[in-house]
Amino acid sequence: MGQQTALYAKHLEAGAKIVDFGGWDMPIQYQSLIEEHTAVREQAGVFDVSHMTIVDIDGADAESWLRYLLANDVARLKDTGHALYTGMLNENGGVIDDLIVYRMASGFRLVVNCATREKDLAWMQSQLAGFTVTLTERPELAILAVQGPHAIDTVCRIIGQRFSSDDSATVSGLKNFYGVKLDDWFVARTGYTGEHGVEIMLPNSEAPAIWDQLLAAGVKPIGLGARDTLRLEAGMNLYGHDMDERISPLSANMGWTIAWEPADRDFIGRRALETQRQHRDTLPVLTGLVMETRGVLREGLRVECTLSDGTTQDGVITSGTFSPTLKHAIALARIPADSQQCAVDIRGKLVPVRQVKPGFVRHGKKVFS
Amino acid sequence: MSEFPDDLKYAATHEWVRVEEDGSVTIGISDHAQELLGDIVFIELPEEGAVVSAKDEMSVVESVKAASDIYAPISGEVIAVNEDLTDAPETMNSSPYSDGWLCRILPSNPSELEELLDADTYAGMCE
Repeated sequence: MGQQTALYAKHLEAGAKIVDFGGWDMPIQYQSLIEEHTAVREQAGVFDVSHMTIVDIDGADAESWLRYLLANDVARLKDTGHALYTGMLNENGGVIDDLIVYRMASGFRLVVNCATREKDLAWMQSQLAGFTVTLTERPELAILAVQGPHAIDTVCRIIGQRFSSDDSATVSGLKNFYGVKLDDWFVARTGYTGEHGVEIMLPNSEAPAIWDQLLAAGVKPIGLGARDTLRLEAGMNLYGHDMDERISPLSANMGWTIAWEPADRDFIGRRALETQRQHRDTLPVLTGLVMETRGVLREGLRVECTLSDGTTQDGVITSGTFSPTLKHAIALARIPADSQQCAVDIRGKLVPVRQVKPGFVRHGKKVFS
Repeated sequence: MSEFPDDLKYAATHEWVRVEEDGSVTIGISDHAQELLGDIVFIELPEEGAVVSAKDEMSVVESVKAASDIYAPISGEVIAVNEDLTDAPETMNSSPYSDGWLCRILPSNPSELEELLDADTYAGMCE
């Protein structure tokens, strides 16, 4: 038996199929992955993501330390509650983890992946010398992601009852990537689905009752299976699949998360990235692939890429699935930057696929052409 | 809980076989198999007229989660395939023992039926 979140009994009650996920007993699906996926695209769904690790960063040097630790620049977060997505890199520029950091009234809050928790914390601890910073894990908090076109309205009704109509209005007016603290809750306009929605961090003790209220309001429970198809349709990376410590953010479609300016900010991995940037056209890229014929693209499949000089080179699919929204296969693949045409090796047969920008569905609609 | 109808024979690789009055057999995948696969999105049907040997790969079923080979539970000629599955592969999830059948085979060696499992043995294997 693995670790269980405060909602484990609720998952069983909802008929979940439970699997081990990074040492946690988590719901992979309830009834049907496709129905859960569609519920988030068309209505609203709730995900228990309490297995993810929350680390609060406080102390006099919290900001200067994070500016050294992370490739994106927390100094860009001017307002309390504002968040950004970033990689945490090693000296070689490889991605140790990807995470979200929120500026809090004092200090910052990080949410990191569950499977990487131990190495992340060890890495952070090893980088503390010379900084006055405290790291506090918050295992007493659950995280509920409520996502979909009806998600925010439903959450705001519940917040109106639990807190006040003013608080409900505040949450309703939150801009993307902003959050607000309400007593010991933190509610943020972030997510991993490409839909409108919020992520709520709240005490474990309150989570089951709020879960029940969400379900009673028509929000569907969503397992990790649909979480994966939703994030892949949205073109979002999954750590350990689309990037890891051997992969540069420049080869993982994470170039936009590197804050090169100000040029005198020294962050871990910067020197390596500067060198890579000089030879950027030689670095492989993470691209989107679309296959509209029958079949499903899967992680690990070989991609045969034809370059502009007519030679071929191999790439690889890093995440692939059947897109329940588009009704055909989609994938992320790491391929040579100069690839003109791609074909995927499916059981020995080369099937032509189309290269598109990563990102397939946003707000329920197809986004590539 | 998965269903294991008593009147069918099963292969350890999760196909079921029903002997029809005319001596042909109808083949599909078990309720247990469709549950493991989850939502089925594509089925590569065997070809009508193909001659298959027992334990040969004869079809591929793709769900959102995984691709899975279907093996011929018995040798013979494929005399019918369930074309409806092309447009509605999810029928294999919702009705694995009836509308979700895969194909019919005219056995060339009916004694192979003896090597298949009865419902109790197969159900025990799936526990």
